Amino acid sequence: MASPSARGAAIDLKSVSKHYGSFIALDKVSLHIEPGEFMTLLGPSGSGKTTTLNVIAGFTEVSSGSLDVGGKSVIGVPAHKRNIGVVFQHYALFPHMTVSRNVAYPLTLRGIANPDRAARVRKALDMVKMADFGHRFPSELSGGQQQRVALARAIVFDPPLLLMDEPLGALDKKLREWLQLEIKRIHRELGTTFVYVTHDQEEALVLSDRIAVFNQGRIEQIGTGRQLYDEPETLFVGKFVGDSTILRGAASTSGNETAIDVAGRKVAAAKRLPDGAKPVMLLRPEKLGLARRGKGGQDRNTLPGRIGEAIYLGSGSKYEVVLADTSKAIVRSTLDAETFAIGDEVDLVFAGSDVKLLADDENADFTLT
Amino acid sequence: MKQRGRILLGLYCLLVAVWLVAPTIVVVPMSFNDKKSLAFPPSGFSWQWYQNFFTSPEWSASLVGSLKVAVVTAVFATVIGTLAAFGLDRMKSRVSGVLRALLITPMVVPGVVLAVGIYAVYLDMRLVGTMTGFVLAHTMLAVPFVIIAVSASLEVFDKRLETAAASLGATRLTAFRTVTLPLIAPGILSGLLFAFVTSFDEIIVALFITSPYLKTLPVQIFSSITRDADPTVAAVGTLLFITTSLVIGAGLLIGSRQGKR
Repeated sequence: MASPSARGAAIDLKSVSKHYGSFIALDKVSLHIEPGEFMTLLGPSGSGKTTTLNVIAGFTEVSSGSLDVGGKSVIGVPAHKRNIGVVFQHYALFPHMTVSRNVAYPLTLRGIANPDRAARVRKALDMVKMADFGHRFPSELSGGQQQRVALARAIVFDPPLLLMDEPLGALDKKLREWLQLEIKRIHRELGTTFVYVTHDQEEALVLSDRIAVFNQGRIEQIGTGRQLYDEPETLFVGKFVGDSTILRGAASTSGNETAIDVAGRKVAAAKRLPDGAKPVMLLRPEKLGLARRGKGGQDRNTLPGRIGEAIYLGSGSKYEVVLADTSKAIVRSTLDAETFAIGDEVDLVFAGSDVKLLADDENADFTLT
Repeated sequence: MKQRGRILLGLYCLLVAVWLVAPTIVVVPMSFNDKKSLAFPPSGFSWQWYQNFFTSPEWSASLVGSLKVAVVTAVFATVIGTLAAFGLDRMKSRVSGVLRALLITPMVVPGVVLAVGIYAVYLDMRLVGTMTGFVLAHTMLAVPFVIIAVSASLEVFDKRLETAAASLGATRLTAFRTVTLPLIAPGILSGLLFAFVTSFDEIIVALFITSPYLKTLPVQIFSSITRDADPTVAAVGTLLFITTSLVIGAGLLIGSRQGKR
């Protein structure tokens, strides 16, 4: 196998839009993907992530903008000439062909004859650990097995780019977690550029080099999982990636500091927003502590609240705390920390440096389906 | 109580079944009659009417004529009907519903009406009694059956497989040939069998456009029975009954088998 970086194609979307009548599925999306990178397109349903994938695959024509794959424009190039592997959520194996014939299909179309063809089919099936299933029909396989065959079929012709559209969406959690690791391994071994679509932010964090977060046809932020989690640039990203607590209230600024009033208590952040933006504050569950009412200490920010829900997770506990203004905070604590029961009066404790100041956005709500 | 209900239901079903099949079954003993009469029940047993059917030039000519017309009709109707079903399936607009209804009309319009129309046109065009005339008329009658059979299998066909084929490098034609066609083949085959039987059984239009030079089997039966009481008719009827049952049975079997894999 050739050296990794030489095998992946770079992808360059510049200002790509897609309109269906008056509906805007993609609104001037720009995205650069490095050769060999594992890029995940993350977002709720209808956010434009799948449309972007279909545009790259050639299943959907763009309304405007440019799209280069491997340095060449592919605008107007039909899907069958793009040489891009695609894995679908619904597997899309040909039911009238055996596993081997399914995997051999793209090779046959490319005029590759036996014994070369058989050898490559075997190699691809080996890679997904399905070598013993060549003579089976897809209907004789489980969902996870079918998806692995579909993956073998999409990589057998050595495409420089592999697209995956929620490939694990139809599988149960344990199997999904295991296949995530398998996909990661295959990516590492092939060195092909992977573009992966999912609405599952945990899956995105596990798999990706970088993640592009989609909302309402636009990209909100592109970055590593850590960047998205630690430094969300928009409220939507903060809410969609990981759990978060959002504080809202009357805002005031002084010098280089912004403060909001949460039910009578001031919470401050050492940052200013552009004029006209309404500030909200975001806190990650790990950055929040809990203390019995009045025992939170003086050097840190405290907000009074009551435990609304206590969930035991095995590795720790998760609490939902109802604050004085009826908003809810999510706190995750470790095993050795003090435990609380529903109804306990507590103080939410956090450091001012952990508060993320963001602009409020009424489009930050999402539904997962 | 429950038991008695079951028995009553069983008896009722048997009654309906007998009522439906009896007229067909009556023909079978009649075909073995030893006298030249269509009396039921027959007075004795003989194979002579079967012998007569296979040896008389009149009967064998009409059998060959029928087979020729039916085979050519089945091929034409299958090609046209499959393409039509595919086109209707891929049409996004609402026109497809109207078009589908239009293409199915030959099944709904009374046979005599069609026959009169066809006869009037054929007289002018000198198509009466010709192979072309028969094939044209029968193809029109058979196309709806093919459309219905093929549409049913396109309904369950997963179009996303064509998208997958495209991503693997297949042109639309290649994807159709290697993925779509094999998967809807059972529908096409059952359409073909129905088309064959439609033509092979057809009598009304055939009566209008027949000639001494080209007679189909049903026409021959009809003219024979109006002339005299020849039990050969019963023999032919029995043979037709058996072949048609086998062909339609095969068609249904193939049709029901699709989508299982």
